[in-house]
Amino acid sequence: MLNTFMVYVENKPGVLTRVASLFRRRAFNIDSLTVGRTEKPEVSRMTITVDADRDQARRIEANLYKLVNVLLVENITNQPAIIRDLAMIRVAATHEARSHVLELANVFRARVVDVAPESLTLEITGAEDKIDGLLELLRPYGVLEMVRTGIVAMRRGSKPGEAVSARESTALDAADDGVSYSV
Amino acid sequence: MTDQKATPTTTKDKTTMTGASILWECLEREGVKVVFGYPGGAILPAYDALRGSKIHHVLVRHEQGATHMADGYARASGQVGVAVATSGPGATNMVTGIATAMLDSSPIVCITGQVGSKLIGSDAFQETDITGVTLPITKHNYLVTQASEVARTIREAFYVARSGRPGPVLVDITKDAQQGSCQFDWEAAKPQLPGYRPDLSPAPREYEQALELIHNSKRPVILAGHGIIISGAMREVRDFAERAGIPVALTLLGLGAFPASHPLNLGMMGMHGEAWVNHMIQEADLLLAFGMRFDDRVTGNLKTYAPNAKKIHIEIDPAEINKNVKVDVPLVGDLREVLLELMPKVESIDRSEWLDHIDKLKGDSAVRDIQNLPDSGHLYAAHVINDLWRQTRDGNTIVVTDVGQHQMWEAQYYKHEHPRSLITSGGLGTMGFALPAAIGAKVACPEAEVWVIVGDGGFQMTMCELATLVQENLKIHIAIINNGYLGMVRQWQEFFYDRNYAATPLLNPDFARLAEAYGIRSATVSERSQVVPTVEAARQHDGPMLINFKVEQEDTVYPMVAAGAALHDMIRRPSPIVETAEDE
Repeated sequence: MLNTFMVYVENKPGVLTRVASLFRRRAFNIDSLTVGRTEKPEVSRMTITVDADRDQARRIEANLYKLVNVLLVENITNQPAIIRDLAMIRVAATHEARSHVLELANVFRARVVDVAPESLTLEITGAEDKIDGLLELLRPYGVLEMVRTGIVAMRRGSKPGEAVSARESTALDAADDGVSYSV
Repeated sequence: MTDQKATPTTTKDKTTMTGASILWECLEREGVKVVFGYPGGAILPAYDALRGSKIHHVLVRHEQGATHMADGYARASGQVGVAVATSGPGATNMVTGIATAMLDSSPIVCITGQVGSKLIGSDAFQETDITGVTLPITKHNYLVTQASEVARTIREAFYVARSGRPGPVLVDITKDAQQGSCQFDWEAAKPQLPGYRPDLSPAPREYEQALELIHNSKRPVILAGHGIIISGAMREVRDFAERAGIPVALTLLGLGAFPASHPLNLGMMGMHGEAWVNHMIQEADLLLAFGMRFDDRVTGNLKTYAPNAKKIHIEIDPAEINKNVKVDVPLVGDLREVLLELMPKVESIDRSEWLDHIDKLKGDSAVRDIQNLPDSGHLYAAHVINDLWRQTRDGNTIVVTDVGQHQMWEAQYYKHEHPRSLITSGGLGTMGFALPAAIGAKVACPEAEVWVIVGDGGFQMTMCELATLVQENLKIHIAIINNGYLGMVRQWQEFFYDRNYAATPLLNPDFARLAEAYGIRSATVSERSQVVPTVEAARQHDGPMLINFKVEQEDTVYPMVAAGAALHDMIRRPSPIVETAEDE
């Protein structure tokens, strides 16, 4: 199954390589990885989705913690979370198709970000399946180009700056798979 | 053993110093007395600043040797070993030694020079992205591009290398960072590692679960690993085993963690472990893994491994839990602390039935033991090692082995009573490890009697370090177990490749004359009666000695669990005595 990890890392050169190298070396298969800044300049945040069973997910978390630059790892796969992907889709839209495409964009709350004589470029943000849904409907018109960011995720409920501490996080996990360690 | 404590000198604090001088100053304050290194262009500023330092520099003959020496130093003393090299080829030559230290959790710090920071990425002369190269084989590594970063980086490197599960740390310092100057401030350069948490401890309910398993077990075995030695938990393991009445099987790197002569000591487990040990593990109803990681060389086929046993895993590295073997109760933390916590609640249980069963299994192995077979007039490696053990057992002896058949015979026939008395490359299995690692061990423990046991193949990989040995005036004895083959590979060819001895017969120099060329006393032995007198001659000699033991060429390490076979499915030494008995 796909597991989603939120990984807080020190904002230092080479940290992305360390994380990517770890996944390669331990033969874990990354589905998507995004990285960007956070509210703290010294901290970057990654959202990583990996195809892994429960034991593997536990080992991924433990291995991430072995990286000196990793600050906090949360597996939010089974937790309430906001998950967003962003896609830009260039779709063939000649004169007669244009209004249909615009209508679909409207229904999906996608924005038109570029218009050319033969095509429209849409920007859509949402959960992955929503974007998949729009793509499916656009395909008959001709998807000329598409790019997606990969997902970013945020746990629901906790207030800003009140990220669950590592100790609590691992204790939570302990309840569900019988392996725990406090950090 | 040297005492590695920060020296509280403050005279240089707040003065302006070059990055190179700061480097040596920080190493001194980390307690470093000696480094093993090799100079070159990009590290020259550091070497230039060395003359102002109290640190002794051992000039090696190859940078791989420097890393093995640092590793041997670390394993013999428990302190961080330090190796120094230049950029490019100097740094890449360290790779094997770093990987060796990584796989065996050995704390070393490698300092490499790097081209000037402005040149990085330009494919400059002797430029290699060594932090990129060593990323997967270091616990952590650093690229330092400014003098002002040197102090903190060195402090962090030592802290990371020696804490938690120890390991190698590489610090790559650009030439301009060595040449540049800044104000040195030791206090302000405290490690800042917000994400690094080496101090883990189990939850209370996990202790309860472990105790329940221990108290309900009738056939338990302790699997004792390297972690016992790293944690310094020898006494605690012994107390625990005695109190709970549980026999102790050891991994290769665990040898010495529990006294060989102790009645509860079973010996080594695994691919070339004692047969009774492997049988017991397979029959056990509880395995207590102490600081070991269920390496494939100790488990055999995982599908059939200890099928009836519950497993308790005491381990400092959470990433080891459930990696190879699914365990019932993991206790993640420092072994010594975990055992101290468990101990008061452990009940003393009579397990004599289980222990008697083990004694019966031992009898079968004794009749197959080569020591008990009639003397065929041939010299066997097992004879050499067993005799060497008899001669040196009472002393403060450190044996450093290489990798291969002789390593397994050493593990079987040299009975280690004390931790850190065996130094060997287990995880990576690095040929060429022995001689340089022994130099590091002798430098760390000058009072110890140091013996290298090495094959004729592995010796030739790093024998250039004979010059280092002479240069440093070290009394180290070298026993070459010379069978004219890459013996362990030949053994695999014998068993699994239809005796096709492809590329395993070795053309060797006359090792005795080679030693003499370095001014090292030497002898060649091919008869058993000469083993003890020659070993004694070496011990009495005031200097190093190399003994070329010409042993049986096609001898085999028994028992053997074939790769991928079940642990109890062992190839045994044919026993004429046993077979005769069965025939009748």
